[in-house]
Amino acid sequence: MKRLRFPGLWITLILVIGVGIIPAINGSASLRESMFTILMSVALASSLNIILGYTGYVSFGHIVFFGVGGYLGFYVISQHGWNILPAMLVGGLSAAILAFLLGATVLRLRGAYFALATIGINEAMRALVINIPILGGPVGMEMHFSEYKKYGGPMQALWMVYWSVLIVTVLTIVVSYYVKKSKFGLGLMAIREDEDAAEVMGVVAPRAKTWAYVLSAIFPGIIGVLFFFKNGNIEPGDAFRLQFSIELIVMVMLGGAGTVLGPVIGSGIYQQLRKVLLTSPIFKNIQLAVAGFLLLLIILFIPSGAVGWLRSKSVKLRRVLE
Amino acid sequence: MGEVLITSALDGLLIGVIYGLAAMGLTLIFGVMDVINLAHGPLIAVGMFGVYLLFTFLGINPFVALLIMAVIGLLLGFFIYFVAVNRVIDAPPLSSLLSTFSVNMMIIGVGTALLTTSSYNVEYSLGSFEFGFFRVPGARLMAALAALVVTGLLYLFMYRTRPGKYIRAVADNRASAELMGIPSTRILALAFGIGVMLAVVAGGLIATILPINILAGGSFELKSFVIVVLGGLGNPLGALFGGLILGLIEGLVPVVMKTTWVPVIEYALFVLILLVRPQGLMGAKK
Repeated sequence: MKRLRFPGLWITLILVIGVGIIPAINGSASLRESMFTILMSVALASSLNIILGYTGYVSFGHIVFFGVGGYLGFYVISQHGWNILPAMLVGGLSAAILAFLLGATVLRLRGAYFALATIGINEAMRALVINIPILGGPVGMEMHFSEYKKYGGPMQALWMVYWSVLIVTVLTIVVSYYVKKSKFGLGLMAIREDEDAAEVMGVVAPRAKTWAYVLSAIFPGIIGVLFFFKNGNIEPGDAFRLQFSIELIVMVMLGGAGTVLGPVIGSGIYQQLRKVLLTSPIFKNIQLAVAGFLLLLIILFIPSGAVGWLRSKSVKLRRVLE
Repeated sequence: MGEVLITSALDGLLIGVIYGLAAMGLTLIFGVMDVINLAHGPLIAVGMFGVYLLFTFLGINPFVALLIMAVIGLLLGFFIYFVAVNRVIDAPPLSSLLSTFSVNMMIIGVGTALLTTSSYNVEYSLGSFEFGFFRVPGARLMAALAALVVTGLLYLFMYRTRPGKYIRAVADNRASAELMGIPSTRILALAFGIGVMLAVVAGGLIATILPINILAGGSFELKSFVIVVLGGLGNPLGALFGGLILGLIEGLVPVVMKTTWVPVIEYALFVLILLVRPQGLMGAKK
C-alpha cells in the first residue's frame, strides 16, 4: 500500500470538512450557528498562526483586518448593492493592502514593541471609523432586508454564508499547510528562532515578514465580510473588538502555535468550552474567570499547546501531525 | 479664546498627572522584567472599587482608604507575581502577555459577577477652588497633588533606599545582580508588587473624581500604553511626562475639533512614536 502523502494536511482537512458538513445532514439551524462560530474562529486563528506561530511576531490587534475587511465589504453590499462574492474580494484585498502598508513599517519593531503597535493600530482604526460618516460613524451600518432576497431569502442566505465560511476555512488551512512546508515558511521559522541569524543565512527578513503578514490578513478580511453580512449590522465596537483578538491568540496557544492542526483544535476546544461555561448554571456568571484560570494553567504547564504536547510525546504522532 | 485655551490646558494637565501615575506601574514592571502587564486595567479597577467600598460601606475617608488599598495592592502584586509571572519570566514575550492576560480575565470575571458592569460613584466632594478665571474641583486638585506625591515617593524609594537600588540593579542585569548577592526573584516580586500598587493607587484616585465601573480600567490601560510609549518604555519619569502630554491633547484638541477625534490622534501618535522613536521622547531604559 502506498503511504498517504501529506498526512498532516489530510487529517486536518478531513476533520474540518467532516465536522463542517454535520449541520447540513441534520439541517439544524442552532448547530449551524455554533459551527459557524467555530469555523470562523478556525479560519481566523489559522491566519493569525502564520504571523504568530510561524514567524514569531505577536500580532495583538490582528482583529483589525477582520474589522477593516468587514467594514469595506459591508459598505459595498449595503450601500451599493454589490453581490457578496465581489464584496468578499474587496474585504480580502483591503485587508491585504493594509497589511502590506503596515508591514513595511511596523514589522521593523520586535517583541513587545510590535505587540503594542498592533494594539495601537486596532484602536486607531476603530476611533477613525467612528469619525467617518459614510461608514455610519459611531452607530455603524445596517443591511437592508432586500439584500438577502437576492440569495432566495434570509434562510438560503444563511446557508450560503455557512458554505462560504467552510470553503474559506478549508482554503486557509491549505494555505497555512503549504506555507509551513515551503521554503518561504522555513525562512519564517528561521526568523522566529533568530532573526539576525536568519538574515545572515540569506533570508530577506523584511520581505518575508511582510508577505507573511499579508497572507495572515487576507482571510480575516474575507471572514469579516461574511460575518457582518450574516449579522445584518456592523458597529465599530464589534468590528475592532480587542478582546476577540486576544481570544484568537488563546485559541492558537491552546492548540499549539506554529502547527497546522493546532489552531483548528484550539478554536474548537475554546468555543465549545465557552459555550458550556456560558450555559452552565454554576459557571455562567464567572465564565470569564474560569476561562482565565484554564488559560493560566495552559501557559504555565503546557506552553506548546495540545498538538505541540502530543508531538513531543511520540515519534509516530510527530510524523502525522503538523 | 485665550481663557478657554488656558482652562482646557490646565484641566488636561491635572488629569494628565493621574494618567501618568496609572502608566507608571506599567512602565516600571516593563522596565524591570520586560513584562507587559495586561492585567493593568483590571488592577486599576481593583483600586477604584477598593476605595469605593471602603468609603461607602465603612465610611473611611478616600485618602485613608487609598493607603489601605496601597498595602493590599502590594500584597496582590506579590501574589500575582508568584502565581502567574515567575514561571514565564524568561519565556518569549507571548507567554507573559498571555499569563497576565489570564489574570485580567479572572479579575474581570469575578468583578463582573459581583459588581455587574454598572456605574458607581464615590460621593465625596471637596468643594472647588478658584484661581482667577480658572475654577477647579477640589477633589481633582487633591488627586493631582496626591499623584505627584506618590511619584516623588517612588523616586525617593528607587534612588535612596537599598531595595530600590536592588530593583535598579536587577533591571540592569539580573545575572550580575544575582552574583552580587541580590536575591533577584524576591526583588522582581517586589518590583511587580510596586507596579501593581501604583496601578491600584491610581485607580483609587480616579474613583474620587470620576464615575467608575469594573471595565473602566481598560480605557486607562490603553491610555497607559500610549503614555509609556510617549515617555519611553521602562522610564517612570517619562510616564509622568507622557501623561501630561496625553492630558494636554485631551484638554486642547476638543477646543478645535470634535471630541471623537481625540482617540484617533492619540493612537496615531502612539504608532508614529513607536515607528520613528521607539525609545520614546524621554528615552527608554537601555
